[in-house]
Amino acid sequence: MSGQNIAARTADPMGSAHWPDDPRFALSREKGDLLVLTHIYTATLVLGVGALFGVLQGFSRANWITMPDWFDYYRMLTAHGVLMALVFTTFFITGLFTYATYRSIPRVRSIRLNWIGYVVMLVGTLMAALTILSGNATVMYTFYAPLKASPFFYLGATLLVAGTWLVSADIIENVVWFKKQNPKQLMPLPAFASVCTLIMWIIATLGVTAEMLILIPWSLGWTSGVNVSLTRMLFWYFGHPLVYFWIMAAYMIWYLVVPTAFGGTVFSDALTRLAFVSLLLLSTPVGIHHEFLDPGISSGWKFLHMVLTYGVVLPSFMTAFAIFASFEIAARKAGVTGFLNIVRWLPWRDPAFAGPGLGMILFIFGGFTGIVNSSYSMDVLVHNTMWIVGHFHITVGGPVALTFIGAAYRLVPSLARRRLFAPQLALLSEYLWFAGMVVMSTAMHWAGLLGAPRRTSDVSYFGAAGAASWHGQMVGAALGGTLVALGVLFFVIVATGTYFTNRREEDNPALAFAPVDTSAGPTPPVLDKLGRWAALAIVLAVLAYAGPMTQQLTAHTYLAPGMRTW
Amino acid sequence: MHIHRFERLWLTIGMAMLALFIAIIGVAAIGEGFVPPSNVQTIDPAKVAQTPPFDHPGLRKVGDHAYEAYYVAHIFSYDPATITVPVGSRVTFYVTSTDVEHGFSIPATGVNTMVTPGWVSSVSHTFKDAGTFLLVCNEYCGAGHQTMAAKVVVQ
Repeated sequence: MSGQNIAARTADPMGSAHWPDDPRFALSREKGDLLVLTHIYTATLVLGVGALFGVLQGFSRANWITMPDWFDYYRMLTAHGVLMALVFTTFFITGLFTYATYRSIPRVRSIRLNWIGYVVMLVGTLMAALTILSGNATVMYTFYAPLKASPFFYLGATLLVAGTWLVSADIIENVVWFKKQNPKQLMPLPAFASVCTLIMWIIATLGVTAEMLILIPWSLGWTSGVNVSLTRMLFWYFGHPLVYFWIMAAYMIWYLVVPTAFGGTVFSDALTRLAFVSLLLLSTPVGIHHEFLDPGISSGWKFLHMVLTYGVVLPSFMTAFAIFASFEIAARKAGVTGFLNIVRWLPWRDPAFAGPGLGMILFIFGGFTGIVNSSYSMDVLVHNTMWIVGHFHITVGGPVALTFIGAAYRLVPSLARRRLFAPQLALLSEYLWFAGMVVMSTAMHWAGLLGAPRRTSDVSYFGAAGAASWHGQMVGAALGGTLVALGVLFFVIVATGTYFTNRREEDNPALAFAPVDTSAGPTPPVLDKLGRWAALAIVLAVLAYAGPMTQQLTAHTYLAPGMRTW
Repeated sequence: MHIHRFERLWLTIGMAMLALFIAIIGVAAIGEGFVPPSNVQTIDPAKVAQTPPFDHPGLRKVGDHAYEAYYVAHIFSYDPATITVPVGSRVTFYVTSTDVEHGFSIPATGVNTMVTPGWVSSVSHTFKDAGTFLLVCNEYCGAGHQTMAAKVVVQ
């Protein structure tokens, strides 16, 4: 690490000022780096496989290919959804948070618990993935009962979640240790963002764990039926915060890592913490907006969840302001003024910036389409159409994934202590991804407005007139998807090439976090009290769900037997 | 905690937009009835074939230009497969499933609802134009999901 870098961080009020010089920190680095690298490479591999299934789906829907019976479309779609939504993101995020915490607080004890967590996640992933690939769990990543998969699918998914709890425990323990040593100090901001997100994740995953406690005995044949609408509600209690799990991790990179690409600062420590606390509170009590069109849930509960969903406007607007302010402040310091000049001045040729930067552009549109989906009255026009698929590809598939990839282009060289392999290819991967995602998601949104259903292998409906307008959009989506898949391929090449082609060097720059702009004044200590915020988040979740859950539990006594319809 | 005056303005705009959205949706819900399908009515999926009116699925005329259509959804078709109504008819659909989760969507109309076994879904629509409307299942229900469709003929 260069002397200048240390000097820059010494002025850093995050509380991590003296850590780079702490010998215990140096000792923990080597082991910690290998652990984080393992998480990131696992995510990379999963992304590559998931993208292959994604592009084949695009080709199937465009009627360019027909998947064979031994590897049918729906099996592949399930694998794509599970690998991308549940596995790729989760491994990347657990790696990122491990990194953020180990680098801002010295790890003085064993990191074994984190390794055990990783292994449990990996075993669970393999168990679930092999069950899907063998055709015994063609139930989509939402696994709505009474579709009944092999027990290994549910067990594998449960292990994946349990593994994240172990990783979370390791990270949280480290932060608790820090707070005991330094009761008057705020948590370092990277550790704060990580722990705040993990608390949200733990609260959210309680829902899917409860669902698994119903589904596992049922799939094993120990119980004869399940309450279908209750399992759906438990799934979406988890399913929407899952989205915010990705977004909070991406926000952490936007707030704390992206400014390092242009020598910028974090706009405000207090407002960053406030944004994360707001997301912790507002992530969970909103899941029923995914069930707007479900029978058996009174419309009043749906309205309540819509209002709470829209509350996310506050942290979203705060984040947009903070990120753009961070751009402008740094640009002005460099003597650059005027909107277009500032945009041009940003390091668009640096892969660590271009990915998140392009992602931010996509996210503006993702936010708009999200407002439609979560609207009580407009959702009926887009629910379960290709519009929804377009929406989550320009939110998780665009901004989140591009941000992770951009961060990986910094993280992997730093952790592997190797230069980035083929930097031009790295840059190309992001621009191809961006362009492909614009084409693909536009086609998907359009198809959705024309009524094309999602999760359907063939939208021709035997040549029915109502379906005639859908085919062209599916071709557009397949073309865009091809570009995205090429982007993923190039990313995988760069990420693996960095490790296997380039030699180890000792002087590679570490991925530092940006210093905080201190002119915003001190942070109110209450923002750092995550225990209290967690308690409030649980109260909000209980208030939002007590009524609708009671309705599902008391409505009737029908318990559905499992069915295998594939 | 210091908040820059531009940020205060920006957040105020955000909160005002939020209030406006919710007010519009609330007024539309209460005043115009723009409420997502939320029928709360139970049924035993194992006994659908014996439960009136689903024991005889199909169309019932209930008034001048007013119809009720009872549908049973099961893998991978709807019963009835076709209904025919005159232009200008207001049709209230009642749908239930005998097996797994299904969808019930007529593209280019506001008809779109989930069909969950154990519940009766309901949604209404006035068909103002003549034509043959495709009705599709828009929730994955199994290997033949892409063939699960029916027709609404308006003439």
